[in-house]
Amino acid sequence: MASQKEVLIDPIFNNNPIALQVLGICSALAVTISMSTTLVMCIAVIFVTTMSNLAVSLVRNRVPTNIRIIVQMTIISSLVIIVDQVLQAVAYDISKSLSVFVGLIITNCIVMGRAEAFAMQNGPWLSALDGFGNAVGYSVILIGVALIREPLGSGTLMGFEIIPTVANGGWYVPNGLLLLAPSAFFIIGLFIWAIRAWKTDQVEAPEYEIAPNGQYKEAI
Amino acid sequence: MEHYLGIFVRAVFVENMALAFFLGMCTFIAISKKISTAFGLGIAVIAVLAITVPVNNLIFNLLLRDGALAWAGFPDVDLSFLGLISYIGVIAAIVQILEMVLDRYVPALYNALGVFLPLITVNCAILGASLMMIDQDQTFGESVVFGLGAGVGWALAITALAGVREKLKYSDVPDGLRGLGITFISVGLISMCFMSFGGIDI
Repeated sequence: MASQKEVLIDPIFNNNPIALQVLGICSALAVTISMSTTLVMCIAVIFVTTMSNLAVSLVRNRVPTNIRIIVQMTIISSLVIIVDQVLQAVAYDISKSLSVFVGLIITNCIVMGRAEAFAMQNGPWLSALDGFGNAVGYSVILIGVALIREPLGSGTLMGFEIIPTVANGGWYVPNGLLLLAPSAFFIIGLFIWAIRAWKTDQVEAPEYEIAPNGQYKEAI
Repeated sequence: MEHYLGIFVRAVFVENMALAFFLGMCTFIAISKKISTAFGLGIAVIAVLAITVPVNNLIFNLLLRDGALAWAGFPDVDLSFLGLISYIGVIAAIVQILEMVLDRYVPALYNALGVFLPLITVNCAILGASLMMIDQDQTFGESVVFGLGAGVGWALAITALAGVREKLKYSDVPDGLRGLGITFISVGLISMCFMSFGGIDI
């Protein structure tokens, strides 16, 4: 049985949902253009993942296996509807700029994946910790991407200007590419490279290797 | 007619589900190692999108929209907050039905699609397309064309990526970048290529 600390800390770097498990990339990348929407998205995902893991774990022994997916879906969509309604009431502007991506938390693979892989087998407390840890691991990557994209793409952070741009009389010419879709892919790819350069056990084995030259003596 | 053609072209190229909106990324990255499986999955996504988006359009306009229940005698009822849970229910049900129909009438296609069909329920591209359709307040006709176009765009993108990855297997990639890392960077490059369609407007 994994200890509580492991369950909480592991997903952040050792078993990161985005960089290693390939979960939850879907709805995440489009919101990283600005820091404030990213933070709201992270809080929403942390809330939904923790609560759904807790709820799924509580009902896990009462749900027949063949209808479990639909039960998980119902729990998750109810939680997302709560988040959506709260956002529309409290922070209407941010909810507008997140548009469809709040709803897409339902199909965010982290929520579903952790409910299926962890919460169906473990007790409520551990499951809630696992959900929280995975959502934080996801948030770390998201905030990292936003930290690169917003200052370099528009010269601001959280809407405040930190690099004076040419349009406002400063010196920095904003790099428009960082506001477009491809940059998010490049940044995530480089993040994965950085994490794997540090944690070398995560490097994938090559699928294909060049066979050694059988007649190497000829070459000498 | 031109209007519908415009929606189709925009959904396939300019606002490509996978490359411009990052939707369906998990399956997009996970199941793009071989062209044949990627193509099969693409066909399944086209079929599911072309059915679910119009059905969700009808559900929204006839049941959930503010005042839509006037025919049943409830002119002041606004059920749009139930949207998310209804759309995902519709998608899960349709995927299930499609699976049973294919199993009964087209077993060859059913076997080819295999495990991908149930996985499509949790593909963000499907739910995302429905939510965008609601956001843009499309009519029924527009939603049919949009659903089809979004599916074709996604299928095109995943087949292209599978083609790149099949070749990439033979290249000598730095250790930490091998596998997932280089795949992300290739997707970025493909996405950049698709951006050159940006100005097209019919």
